[in-house]
Amino acid sequence: MMLSKGLKRKREEEQEKETLAVDTWWLDPSLPAVAQAPPPATSSSLFDLSVLKLHHSLRQSEPDLRHLVLVVNTLRRVQASMAPEPTLPPMPSPSAAPCVADSLLASSDAALSASMASLLEDLSHIEGLSQAPQPLVDEGLPGRPAGGSPPSLGALDLLGPATGCLLDDELEGLFEDIDTSMYDSELWAPASEALKPGPEDGPGKEEALELDEAELDYLLDVLVGTQALERPPGPGR
Amino acid sequence: MFLKFSLHSMFYGAGGGNDIQWCFSQVKGAVDDDVAEADIISTVEFNHSGELLATGDKGGRVVIFQQEQENKIQSHSRGEYNVYSTFQSHEPEFDYLKSLEIEEKINKIRWLPQKNAAQFLLSTNDKTIKLWKISERDKRPEGYNLKEEDGRYRDPTTVTTLRVPVFRPMDLMVEASPRRIFANAHTYHINSISINSDYETYLSADDLRINLWHLEITDRSFNIVDIKPANMEELTEVITAAEFHPNSCNTFVYSSSKGTIRLCDMRASALCDRHSKLFEEPEDPSNRSFFSEIISSISDVKFSHSGRYMMTRDYLSVKIWDLNMENRPVETYQVHEYLRSKLCSLYENDCIFDKFECCWNGSDSVVMTGSYNNFFRMFDRNTKRDITLEASRENNKPRTVLKPRKVCASGKRKKDEISVDSLDFNKKILHTAWHPKENIIAVATTNNLYIFQDKVN
Repeated sequence: MMLSKGLKRKREEEQEKETLAVDTWWLDPSLPAVAQAPPPATSSSLFDLSVLKLHHSLRQSEPDLRHLVLVVNTLRRVQASMAPEPTLPPMPSPSAAPCVADSLLASSDAALSASMASLLEDLSHIEGLSQAPQPLVDEGLPGRPAGGSPPSLGALDLLGPATGCLLDDELEGLFEDIDTSMYDSELWAPASEALKPGPEDGPGKEEALELDEAELDYLLDVLVGTQALERPPGPGR
Repeated sequence: MFLKFSLHSMFYGAGGGNDIQWCFSQVKGAVDDDVAEADIISTVEFNHSGELLATGDKGGRVVIFQQEQENKIQSHSRGEYNVYSTFQSHEPEFDYLKSLEIEEKINKIRWLPQKNAAQFLLSTNDKTIKLWKISERDKRPEGYNLKEEDGRYRDPTTVTTLRVPVFRPMDLMVEASPRRIFANAHTYHINSISINSDYETYLSADDLRINLWHLEITDRSFNIVDIKPANMEELTEVITAAEFHPNSCNTFVYSSSKGTIRLCDMRASALCDRHSKLFEEPEDPSNRSFFSEIISSISDVKFSHSGRYMMTRDYLSVKIWDLNMENRPVETYQVHEYLRSKLCSLYENDCIFDKFECCWNGSDSVVMTGSYNNFFRMFDRNTKRDITLEASRENNKPRTVLKPRKVCASGKRKKDEISVDSLDFNKKILHTAWHPKENIIAVATTNNLYIFQDKVN
């Protein structure tokens, strides 16, 4: 969007993004996880949040490099801290899925934070049930192409020992292209355009999970330079 | 002398702050709560004498205020700052090659020392630096032979006498004109500019590179730091700020997103990729978290006027470093430690990425930086006292002494304290400036500029 001199644009966009820090959802005493002191961020929720941030950052026409680097480094840290589970039985959470779908469908960041907040709230229930890191495990995980692996935790067991290779492989491509991608505008346009039709394809629970994974998978494929357009985002792969 | 000092601090140190009593002086900018995007202040800088105060905003405009000469009769306050010049420094641009819009937001302004009647400053947006000349015109020539007063040419045949045009006074006009445009040298976003003590060269820093320019030469610059890795996939660190040493024209520092500061000597080699000194404080293991790196990212670095120390600002603290000691800072001041337990929320809403600046007072005895809720903090290095003040239009009449503020981190909130959860994280003070000689400070809220002075009796 071109800015023109003299055009006074109100800050609604900014204010949508920056929800005030009176987000005391985690101080709500009715939440079981709040019986103790404020819970530290769970690795899995932080992982998802970071991936979302990365997603958002990359959708900018010219990402803030510092923000990007810091988020990626945080993601690496979080991932390194998550020990790989030998087997992760798929545990789709009924309450988490619509939140994820909601968060993907939301076009504004305000809705995103709100859905993230409710998602984290749901997770705080689930965390108490088991030690398994994350209910957002994709169940119908087909064989991954060489170029892309999804960042969702269910795939961790497919990667073998935690060498941090997931993000190392996929997110490396992220920076690889940063320079040339600025000269190749089509690299950005399909990423943002194709991602949008994705969520519209199916709001069902399982489809929502696949959408999440599919969208992120697509995003990573684009980043490592595979032909993004050959992979239809949506179910039925 | 000692007794006088302690009595003085007994009466005036009541707020837990310095001996100075800060008073509201002026506020500039729109009153309405609806903030226009273009009016967001993005940089504030006093010139070398303190007579001029420049601000840059997101709309690419520069506004310069001038301090009126002190009224000898009414000496209860120092001169007020009034608008001296306003001009559009940068326009929004479109990079057709990359299909990207270049923001016109002014990231930094730096003044040149005054050499003649005119004033010069450098202003920069993400990609282009400009040298502006600000000059006054208060006379104009009158009495041309060939032109009428309104500019029309006279019929030469009617000219029968010759006269010499004379200068007559006119209303003061302040003109700003761009004298140099330094463009096309930065692939990434410029975060800093710094004028060398030789007053002939300056540096500009973006996320990955630092360039050295000569003020007279616009068609080339020298790259002196390049931290771009051969494979971008190895990128883990960016440059966040850079500054020349105030006295040593071959020395500069740059800070990084990993909390390190590198001091470089340009005499060592042409490309200063290898630092002379590396300043880094080891991580405190008890405070380690997923956000350790983000909060260690340095958002500003400033040399003291003396050149012996430098100050860095990270998310939660201000650190003073002795240039002779690399392994840890000599002083650390906590700006808003109560935010440490909120880092996850602040990460979620991106506030953890806010870049606060910091500044020294003229004598290097007090440092100042901003915080949230329109609070700003001052730390007296000698007395070790600190104070929190608020930039707000409420209860601010001229010469009203500012009341110290206190944030209640946990537990029972005392009267007049503010709880952490009531803080407004949209009201952030990122930019502050201190007059080079006097106790006058300029504090920028989102779209207003506050000027405070110490109480003059």
